[in-house]
Amino acid sequence: MKYLILILLVAFTCCKGDQKNKKNYTKEVEKVSLSEKRSKLIELDIRNFDQLEELLNKEDNKVHIVNFWATWCGPCVKELPHFEEIYANYKDSNVEVLLVSLDFPSKYEKSLKPFLIKHNIQSQVVVLDDPDMDTWLPKVDTDWDGAIPVTLIYSKTKRELYKQTFTYGELEDKLKQFLN
Amino acid sequence: MKRIKLLTIIVLVLVVSAFTVKGVISKTDKGYKVGDMATDFKLMNIDEKTVSMSDFEDAKGFIIVFTCNTCPYAVMYEDRIEALNRKYASKGYPVIAIMPNSITKKPGDNLDAMKMRAKEKGFTFPYLIDKDQSIYPQYGATKTPHTYILEKTDKGNVVRYIGAIDNNYKDESKVTKKYAEDAIDALLKGEPVPKAKTKAIGCSIKA
Repeated sequence: MKYLILILLVAFTCCKGDQKNKKNYTKEVEKVSLSEKRSKLIELDIRNFDQLEELLNKEDNKVHIVNFWATWCGPCVKELPHFEEIYANYKDSNVEVLLVSLDFPSKYEKSLKPFLIKHNIQSQVVVLDDPDMDTWLPKVDTDWDGAIPVTLIYSKTKRELYKQTFTYGELEDKLKQFLN
Repeated sequence: MKRIKLLTIIVLVLVVSAFTVKGVISKTDKGYKVGDMATDFKLMNIDEKTVSMSDFEDAKGFIIVFTCNTCPYAVMYEDRIEALNRKYASKGYPVIAIMPNSITKKPGDNLDAMKMRAKEKGFTFPYLIDKDQSIYPQYGATKTPHTYILEKTDKGNVVRYIGAIDNNYKDESKVTKKYAEDAIDALLKGEPVPKAKTKAIGCSIKA
């Protein structure tokens, strides 16, 4: 039912966007690109833990940095640019950054989407909507007590959970331990 | 002779610092495990009087919840914390809520804000401030909300449960496991707690 509403919402918003574009098709490129951005971001990748789990256990040759955050979490928002910067600097070196948002469904439209647009987030973003925390928290890492922000870095051979906030330098240092 | 003195001093300094470092680590990283004896406290309540567990002479135990005004997870549990107090205070298990955050980092959690929130929500339990931030590290609380259920014994208050209040922070109507209630119900019957430790999501405590 939740998904149906979401699909309808997405469909409705897209159509609305299209109509708008048709009407204003003579307007400047800027506006079109903005609406493109918006419609792109309309499709939040919302998952329960079962659907998220594969992204936390990829067996490829990359290093995966997974950060759990939310727009309402001050320290999370503060360190987020460092993850973006790491992604920009290392995406060509087999490094992937995944930002797992724990924003609440009621805030998707009001807070999360505007945040992603405003900060032009480039890393992959998924939204975790799964309230049964005692079941899924230990599956991320048995060492995780449930406090955010928290960051998981893993590769095929190494997996580490960091219950801390990062500066760019600190994050890069940890990443380098995985890149050898 | 001088050399020996110097050596002694160096050794002393090393030993002392080793202990200090160890002390700090065990304070912040470890905290209580189920079965440990929990420390009492003397913390300022929102009515500006101090509260300790020893004030509750008739209590059989306590529901200690580290919580705050500013964390959305904590806010989502406010009504349920109040409900716990209404249900269990009369049965001997009152709620004592403790706000652990640094109010410099989180001004929205200062005593005035706590008073206001308690009034708005009609809290019937003490809502204390861990002003020196000395209590939460001893318990090992890392986030808000973080719940500890203690049983009063002759030897002191024994930790019987650590973790979440239930298994759905978002929607109380979809809760299928009431961990905290199950723990207290078991204790009241003199039975072992069915699930003594759960994982709970929350906002990291701001030190």
